[in-house]
Amino acid sequence: MRLLVLEDDEILLDGLKVGLQMCGFTVDAVTSVADADAAIEADRFDAIILDLMLPDGSGLDVLSRMRRSGDRTPVLLLTAKDEVADRITGLDSGADDYLGKPFDLDEVAARLRAIVRRGHGRAAGLLEWKDVSLDPARMSASRDEITISLSRREFVILQALMETPGVILSRSNLEEKLYGWQEEIESNTVEVHIHKLRSKLGASFIETVRGAGYRLRTSQ
Amino acid sequence: MNSIRIRLFVILLATTGAVWLLAAAWIYASTQAEVERVLDARLMEAARMVSSLITDHRIEPSAAVDAAIANAPPPPFKQADGSYSRQLSCQIWSLQGSLVSRSESAPETSLASHTDGFEETEIDGERWRVYAVVNPTLGVRVLVGDSLEIRDRLIGDVIKGLLVPGIVILPVLAVLIWVSVGRGLAPLTRIAEGLAGRSASELHPIDDGTVPREVRPVIRALNSLFGRVAEARDREQSFTAYAAHELKTPLAGLKTQAQIALRTDDSTIQREALSRISTSVDRTSRMVRQLIDLAAVDASQGAAKDEPVDVAVLVGEIASELETQLAANEVHVAMEHADRTPQPAVLEADRILLRLAIRNLLENAIQHSPKGAVVRCRVSESQSEVVVEILDQGPGIPVADEARVTERFFRGSKASGHGSGLGLSIVQMALDRLGGNLTFERGGTWFVARASFPI
Repeated sequence: MRLLVLEDDEILLDGLKVGLQMCGFTVDAVTSVADADAAIEADRFDAIILDLMLPDGSGLDVLSRMRRSGDRTPVLLLTAKDEVADRITGLDSGADDYLGKPFDLDEVAARLRAIVRRGHGRAAGLLEWKDVSLDPARMSASRDEITISLSRREFVILQALMETPGVILSRSNLEEKLYGWQEEIESNTVEVHIHKLRSKLGASFIETVRGAGYRLRTSQ
Repeated sequence: MNSIRIRLFVILLATTGAVWLLAAAWIYASTQAEVERVLDARLMEAARMVSSLITDHRIEPSAAVDAAIANAPPPPFKQADGSYSRQLSCQIWSLQGSLVSRSESAPETSLASHTDGFEETEIDGERWRVYAVVNPTLGVRVLVGDSLEIRDRLIGDVIKGLLVPGIVILPVLAVLIWVSVGRGLAPLTRIAEGLAGRSASELHPIDDGTVPREVRPVIRALNSLFGRVAEARDREQSFTAYAAHELKTPLAGLKTQAQIALRTDDSTIQREALSRISTSVDRTSRMVRQLIDLAAVDASQGAAKDEPVDVAVLVGEIASELETQLAANEVHVAMEHADRTPQPAVLEADRILLRLAIRNLLENAIQHSPKGAVVRCRVSESQSEVVVEILDQGPGIPVADEARVTERFFRGSKASGHGSGLGLSIVQMALDRLGGNLTFERGGTWFVARASFPI
């Protein structure tokens, strides 16, 4: 899942970036309202984390601009202001969830997964397709009660495919999920990891649509 | 005497009493004069009457004496009781010195030895006022006198008549004054009760429309104090809340970095997280120190102790205090004396405030300097002010932000993300207390922060 994080404290921003990457997210980080607006305009994210107090404005401004323009990307507010009134204002402005500082990394990850899930209209935490289920919280898949361990990149690709079963995701769609802005894209990463996933889940689980991309195989 | 009620009571009672006594003294004096005048006139009239009665020999001297005494005009304050009857005594003496006749009440010895007019004499311990008239036709001297004691008693009775009711009424008056003063002070009691019933957070002003005019200045002063206390309280509350919020962000950073360090197997990531934790602790402690500084500047209001401070020496001291920061940022401090005067620039000011202002300016310059750069400190003195200039080669403050940089927690719209946003508010507050002024200037690659202090 691709995330945008807006936070002006560089150490916290780095912590969120590194920590959430460890939790299986791909993170893009910005430190000002202006940068956040530009990023939201230019890219699509699965979820956005907004800090409230920033040097050039408030995360709430970013949020209201997003909602006014019809952007329904799930938003998690992070803030030092932790009073009920502030939480109400945040949620009423269109935020999907609210977390007061300081917080637990796992909780941030869980809440992000939850708001993304709700955005997709799913209630269950597990993603399931045929006999394979994917647990985003553990970054692992299982088949017939046997756990299949996945690397971070394998997990990201499988999660993207399983969130929209039957939909074709192009190589660049998947690369977007894998890499943040600053990261250098290695040319054949997607192919390599699709190959590894097929060897773990069975060759027919993911099919290649020539010239278009990849999807989960629908027919038997 | 700390009670207004007792004070008013004593004053009112004393003045009422004094007025009363004064009135009594006045009445005493005027009564005495009046009694004297009336009784003297009677003496004179009685003496002349006796003299004229006996001149024609139509009446015996002794009968004349009795008639004169009986017909004399009544004394002005004659009482019903007999004590004032037979006051007059009359003697008729031949010019040779033998007693021709005397009234019943008169003593046998001569009332007086003079021949004409009034005289006061003393006979057998009794004081008399005597009028003498000489009848040259008969060769006799007529003396009419009355006892001064009777006069004194008369005046005494008049005064007693005034004082006795006064003394009887005094306790009643005292009670009335006491109660009235109490009633008069009731609005004060009401205000006091209203204030006593307030909780510590009820700092709304007292309605001065309903209080008596005399108390209004006190109420206004109180209300203005309430206003100031409420303001200080609000400032403190918002400051505490803000400070708590501001500390939460570095805490969140510390926590995430600590969690990363704990769960990663990658030693590079772990080392990086730990080094960030260390950096964050340094920054957070700086922020905490600044919060304490800010509180110190806040608290210094009105408590400033001025002493002569050699500004250049102080800047040097501060620079050496910041040695670790300088080393960490690879920045050097160069001290410059603008005008090579041998005289040191000495300022009469509060050393602590001055130190806080300069230290934060210098720290700011160090924080924003590129690695390996020089921060120049220039101290100069003119007729009217001492100027401390700190020059750095950092990005400076955008003109658009200049007005806001001294606001608490304002970090600038292009902030690098590691300041607390407190440094310049400390500088500004300290300068406000010191009567100084903070300005910024750009000159080539140098950004100048200039603090000027009036001498």
